[in-house]
Amino acid sequence: MKCFASKLLVMIAVLLFVFSLSSAIAVENMQKNVILATTTSTQDSGLLDVLIPVFEKDTGFIVKTISVGSGQAMKMGEKGEADVLLVHSPDAEKAFIAQEFGINRMLVMHNDFIIVGPADDPAKIKGMKSTKEALKMIVQSGSLFLSRGDNSGTHSKEKGLWKAAGVAPEGQKWFQQTGLGMGQTLNIAAEKKGYALTDRATYLALKKNLGLEIMIEGEPLLLNIYHVIEVNSAKWPKVNSAGGNAFAQFMVSKKTQEIIGKFGVEKYGSPLFVPDAGKKPESLGL
Amino acid sequence: MELILDGIIKAFQLFFTFNPEVLGITWLSLKISGIATLISVLIGISTGTIVALNKFPGKRFLVSVINTGMGLPPVVVGLFVMIFLWRNGPLGFLGILYTPAAMIIAQATIATPIVMGITIAAIQNLPAKLGLQILSLGATRLQMIGFLLREARLPLLAAIMAGFGGVISEVGASIMVGGNIKGYSRVLTTATVMESGMGNFDMAIALGVILVLLTFLVNYLLTIIQQRERPR
Repeated sequence: MKCFASKLLVMIAVLLFVFSLSSAIAVENMQKNVILATTTSTQDSGLLDVLIPVFEKDTGFIVKTISVGSGQAMKMGEKGEADVLLVHSPDAEKAFIAQEFGINRMLVMHNDFIIVGPADDPAKIKGMKSTKEALKMIVQSGSLFLSRGDNSGTHSKEKGLWKAAGVAPEGQKWFQQTGLGMGQTLNIAAEKKGYALTDRATYLALKKNLGLEIMIEGEPLLLNIYHVIEVNSAKWPKVNSAGGNAFAQFMVSKKTQEIIGKFGVEKYGSPLFVPDAGKKPESLGL
Repeated sequence: MELILDGIIKAFQLFFTFNPEVLGITWLSLKISGIATLISVLIGISTGTIVALNKFPGKRFLVSVINTGMGLPPVVVGLFVMIFLWRNGPLGFLGILYTPAAMIIAQATIATPIVMGITIAAIQNLPAKLGLQILSLGATRLQMIGFLLREARLPLLAAIMAGFGGVISEVGASIMVGGNIKGYSRVLTTATVMESGMGNFDMAIALGVILVLLTFLVNYLLTIIQQRERPR
């Protein structure tokens, strides 16, 4: 009987000990923390795992990467819950800047979107030059199309493409929204043998398990452009503007741009992103 | 099938070669869920005992609220904890969103009703007159409560296991309030979600296997304590 009580005492002692450990974690210099809200594609491709340790070592800031869709990342910026954004949803970004939620929007890099689909290609679109025409073919053949459906950068790109093709896909039988990240959506497309719009980086990173092939690529309409945006600390005083600014400057620095240009060459044979810092958006064909 | 085998083999490789990242993730999972469970045990058993031993109006209602809380969806808890801890939220001054501390708060919120609900059932399951009997033998009220808790230790340890099992396996709240930050707030469940999203299924399976083994180990230890204390 005594034994049980003493064990309970030991447990409480352990609790107090671990508690003191954990409070050591909680008490940290908040000025050192930078919250980076970014898209799933920069995380899933592994680029941030390479860049962030370099940034932390150079500057002493600690980056907390929250990887969500571009839409949610910008919502976090609007609420002052992030310090800096790395996103790829140009139209929404312009609105974000216009409403003064963000400042110093700078071009960082691009890659491109591609349309992938099953090898047997039921809609017969492989190799077509025009994305719009290809989407119309998917509609006509009633082939399954998997959409992110999560307000991410990729999803808003996809909505723009459907609009350009003059199709309203929502509610159609062949159109399914996953509400998940890019990697998971590609896995579902592979399982269900459907088509999907994806950024090239995530596709290359997952290709080995997918069995999906590139159907459409190379059109200027399919560019996927990433900008870094500092959250406006005039709106939200708690925003770590020094940290946000340091990260933004880091992303466009020469050293970082070189790392971006080389990222993925070893693993996939070609770079996943093209560094663009300092270029005019027009030079990308926008 | 091959994939599952590969994953299981990989799990053992990662663990027994002492891969620092995997060990770190495993240790953090254990620490966060362990502390959260201990907090929920302190609150849950004490409050649960008080509720069970006292008669008051609205008791049935309160107990059914607690029993509903046993099925509290982790994502809902995560959502509310996140909103409260936002920089510009009511508890924003703490500055602990996206830290292990925030994950402990969320997990303790999930586990407390579980522990409390089972505690109430365990104490009420004791013979109704037992408390009176002990008091009449000259024990103080505190001694009586200590005795009742000892009598109910089997279901109480089951309550601890249920609470721990609920939070170690939980992913929704952890990802929302912890953010799955590498080397800082990434735990076994959130890492499994991320790895499967990245298509690294062997790694995801490996992490899953480690999670199950860890849960087994903890429950095994608790079961040993539980069974050893069985009255002769």
